Amino acid sequence: MSIRNKAYISGAYEHPTRLAPDKSTPQLHAECAAGALADAGLSLKDVDGYFCAGDAPGFGGMSMVDYLGLNVRHVDSTETGGSSYILHVSHAAQAIAAGKCSVALITLAGRPRSEPFARQLGNAPEAAFEGWVGQSTHNSYGMCAARHMHEYGTTSEQLAWVKVAASHHAQYNSHAMLRDVVTVEDVINSPMISDPLHRLDCCVVSDGGGALLVVSPEVAKSLKRPLVAVRGAGEHVKGPRGGMNLDLTTSAAAVSGPAAFAEAGVTPADIQYASIYDSFTITVLIQLEDLGFCKKGEGGRFVADGNLISGSGKLPFNTDGGGLCNNHPTNRGGITKVIEAVRQLRGEAHSAVQVPDCGLAVATGIGGALGARHGAATLILERQ
Amino acid sequence: MMSETRKIPAPQPNVENQRFFDAAAEGKLLIGQCDACGQPHYYPRALCPFCLAETRWVESAGKGAIYSLSTMRRGAGTPYTLAWVTLDEGPAALTNIAAEDHDRLTIGQRVTVQFTPTEGGPPVPMFAPEVA
Repeated sequence: MSIRNKAYISGAYEHPTRLAPDKSTPQLHAECAAGALADAGLSLKDVDGYFCAGDAPGFGGMSMVDYLGLNVRHVDSTETGGSSYILHVSHAAQAIAAGKCSVALITLAGRPRSEPFARQLGNAPEAAFEGWVGQSTHNSYGMCAARHMHEYGTTSEQLAWVKVAASHHAQYNSHAMLRDVVTVEDVINSPMISDPLHRLDCCVVSDGGGALLVVSPEVAKSLKRPLVAVRGAGEHVKGPRGGMNLDLTTSAAAVSGPAAFAEAGVTPADIQYASIYDSFTITVLIQLEDLGFCKKGEGGRFVADGNLISGSGKLPFNTDGGGLCNNHPTNRGGITKVIEAVRQLRGEAHSAVQVPDCGLAVATGIGGALGARHGAATLILERQ
Repeated sequence: MMSETRKIPAPQPNVENQRFFDAAAEGKLLIGQCDACGQPHYYPRALCPFCLAETRWVESAGKGAIYSLSTMRRGAGTPYTLAWVTLDEGPAALTNIAAEDHDRLTIGQRVTVQFTPTEGGPPVPMFAPEVA
């Protein structure tokens, strides 16, 4: 069974806040849910499926279903870090195709600026061996960038082009945290955070959230919103698995991407717009290779010279400014990737970055630590 | 600005891996070995991550090469280096490289295990450049 054309994204909402000292995390989830429902033209009582991940407070789905006042017959709290919400769209489509629900709500929200928190390994199986090494996202992704440079000659200047492209898009987004257009020199002259990643190779930290509504074809066609179909999806989890044959230059997207393209029956050459999770510049480069937009090792040349800038480049990406410039709510960027892809397919992106007649888009993401254990999810979305 | 040496938090062993840390206290680096499929692994587990057969502990020579690394320079602390070190026995370990000059560390560089004290717990296996 394929999920192709079995489900549609009819509601998408990105919370405008980037700093929310006076709101609780559950409150932000609720505001995002209300925003997505209003966008779709649906009401709370229409929701019969709920999806959340590790950012949901308390007992996840149980706490949030009750807090939001939902009455659902399907619940899923699969946690793959920042890629969770891309994966949730796929799981929601599967549940809808199986008749388990017809209106699935996905929410994400959190306040890492107002209430900073550190990643804790807790009772993870690797905790005793890795809890003391001082791993943060910066040095984990830094090791991937260092290895990519070592194997393929990728340069800091090439990585910087990812940020430059994002900044060209963010200048048009009034909600973006960083709206100044930057140059390659600005990126490589910004302070080194963890080699070889500079400050401007890193995404923003923002409070906020987002929500999506994935619905059955019958529901989608009863609404007034443009039809954005889920055409294909893939997911994968990758880790060092015993430390044998370690490969930090290939991500879990090397499985999730081809699976999504195969289900959709399209190729990277067919894609008109790409939402690529940009926790760091290197995250984008590795995913572009793993999805097949270029060969492994050629990502640096692919992203250089503005190739990702809408209007001038061959592959417009992250036209909201992405995590690098716009928003990375609660350190998890998956949902904003889907939201901007939906805007593009609806023709609702900012006019300066809107891809003309955008009919086919990809949204892909990496969650967790790319340099160790991480998850990937990829969606192919189509305007009908 | 005063720079502080990073304090190493104490690892919290469990019943599955206590022996690893008992050995670490004696200056020995243990890895997992599976006799069913023949593969070593790290970090060590009771059941093999390649075939789920029961494993045994074996001692590593504690030598290897840096697979990749990243030196953290953010904040007031002194820089420290996170790295994957590929042990000569095969598996790679996520660890730190103790070095006088982090700028001189490179991928491929030979390193040797250096057990390092922690805050009130057993020592942990960091690595340091091999002395020529």
